[in-house]
Amino acid sequence: MKLITAIVKPYRLDEVKTALQELGVHGLTVTEASGYGRQRGHTEVYRGAEYQVDLVPKVRIEVVVEDAVSDAVIDAIVKAAQTGKIGDGKVWALPVETVVRVRTGERGPDAL
Amino acid sequence: MTTFAAAHADTGDTAWLLAATALVLLMTPGLALFYGGMVRTKSVLNMLMMSFVSIALVTVVWLACGYSLAFGEDAGDGLIGGLKHAGMAGLGPDSVQGTVPTLLFATFQLTFAIITAALVSGAIADRAKFSAWLVFVPLWAVLVYVPVSHWVWGPGGWIAHHLGALDFAGGLPVEITSGASGLALCLVLGPRLGFKKDAMRPHNLPMVMLGAGLLWFGWFGFNAGSALGANGLAAAVFLNTLAAGCTGLLGWLFVEQKRDGHPTTLGAASGAVAGLVAITPSCGSVSLLGALVVGLAAGAVCSYAVSWKFKLNYDDSLDVVGVHLVGGIVGTLLIGVFAEKAMTGGTEGLLYGGGLAQLGKQAVAVAVVGAYTFGVTYGIGKLLDKVMGFRATEEQEHTGLDLTVHAETAYDHGVLGHGAPVSSSVVPSAQKVQSQA
Repeated sequence: MKLITAIVKPYRLDEVKTALQELGVHGLTVTEASGYGRQRGHTEVYRGAEYQVDLVPKVRIEVVVEDAVSDAVIDAIVKAAQTGKIGDGKVWALPVETVVRVRTGERGPDAL
Repeated sequence: MTTFAAAHADTGDTAWLLAATALVLLMTPGLALFYGGMVRTKSVLNMLMMSFVSIALVTVVWLACGYSLAFGEDAGDGLIGGLKHAGMAGLGPDSVQGTVPTLLFATFQLTFAIITAALVSGAIADRAKFSAWLVFVPLWAVLVYVPVSHWVWGPGGWIAHHLGALDFAGGLPVEITSGASGLALCLVLGPRLGFKKDAMRPHNLPMVMLGAGLLWFGWFGFNAGSALGANGLAAAVFLNTLAAGCTGLLGWLFVEQKRDGHPTTLGAASGAVAGLVAITPSCGSVSLLGALVVGLAAGAVCSYAVSWKFKLNYDDSLDVVGVHLVGGIVGTLLIGVFAEKAMTGGTEGLLYGGGLAQLGKQAVAVAVVGAYTFGVTYGIGKLLDKVMGFRATEEQEHTGLDLTVHAETAYDHGVLGHGAPVSSSVVPSAQKVQSQA
């Protein structure tokens, strides 16, 4: 199994969700996140005083999937989140040892 | 504000002034929102509280002696009123001032004193010791607001009667005193931790806009109510007030667009307030053209004045100096340029052939009120700082005054960290035990 983490622009979340549903991924976790990459932050002006805002709002999407579909899921997320502009985010995958469904105690791929 | 020996109050005038008084009182909660939106989340409740307690504190001290000292018979040289009406002694439902009940006139004036005290709090946002503010407000109301309002509006007050400077609705007692006092207090307290280093952006701009809207609404009572009657002058003042707020807004936005590249909501709110500040002294003496120019000038000048604090290193947190002191000076001085006979009944400004005489009188009034106010407020501030401390502790300031002083937070962020109530009066004892476990 793989844990796929995607940091993307908040307004792409709906597209990513739809794309994952089409692939049969029915569960995901979303967290509001802040960060910056190459685009750095942005500037805000209040009564003429400029504030450099380093951290930009992002969402972090996490899904755990079976190894076989991992690449397809990554591709789907990238395609759905891509705007081609700076600040589109990152997607990465990590191996997962165990998953347990809390309600039933099922383990492994059955718990997904 | 001469006392006429009219036997009966005029019903129309009384009705309007009753409404106007309520309008002016609403400005202080409006100011609380205007200021509250501009601070950070961790001290917004404290900011609101400084305004709300001003309503209570100033009311008590005004009824005890403030009204009498400001508007009682002059006790000598136009400097201060007497104590004849301390505790509102001798005033009842039948007492009449001009064409309105004296008790109503006193209440109308009280609402001015309230908002002036509340205005000062913007200069010391996020770091004042609350108990010191509770002591400061009554002292300041008696030692600063009361004498200055006597000079300008009280019977025999020297600025109106000896000097001959004009101030219709409070450029001197309200705008310049709040601004100069704000400057004095922010110097006494010193800058917020992280001033010029940390981002201290306003946490809720819609709240600022709502506050500005309420201020504008109330300002019609403030200015047009100062005509003390339901008449043509009140109508002219009303229109001048609207006009100056509009050009103030436009002036500020114009500067922002040119200077920063974006017209901002905070700029629109601040510009409208700056225009309203400047028209406050001048609304009853300038022509409509004058009102448009006064507003525009204030909006443009104040949009620059708010950045002086970064160069000169005083943390006037919410720009009481940049908007109220500077805007108040602009409006009070421009009376000397735009005063017209149709409004003043005699006095004319530079533009209408009155020469420089009135401008000179206005300048003297600005200088004396500014210096007196700054000096006395600085003294009160230093004294309180010595006796009880005027600044919150570093820890309180870091954590936020809401939690450390008031045991509250403004917003329930997220789902974690909010436990069950522990007071036995609101939960059954079983739950209480559970939540403590």
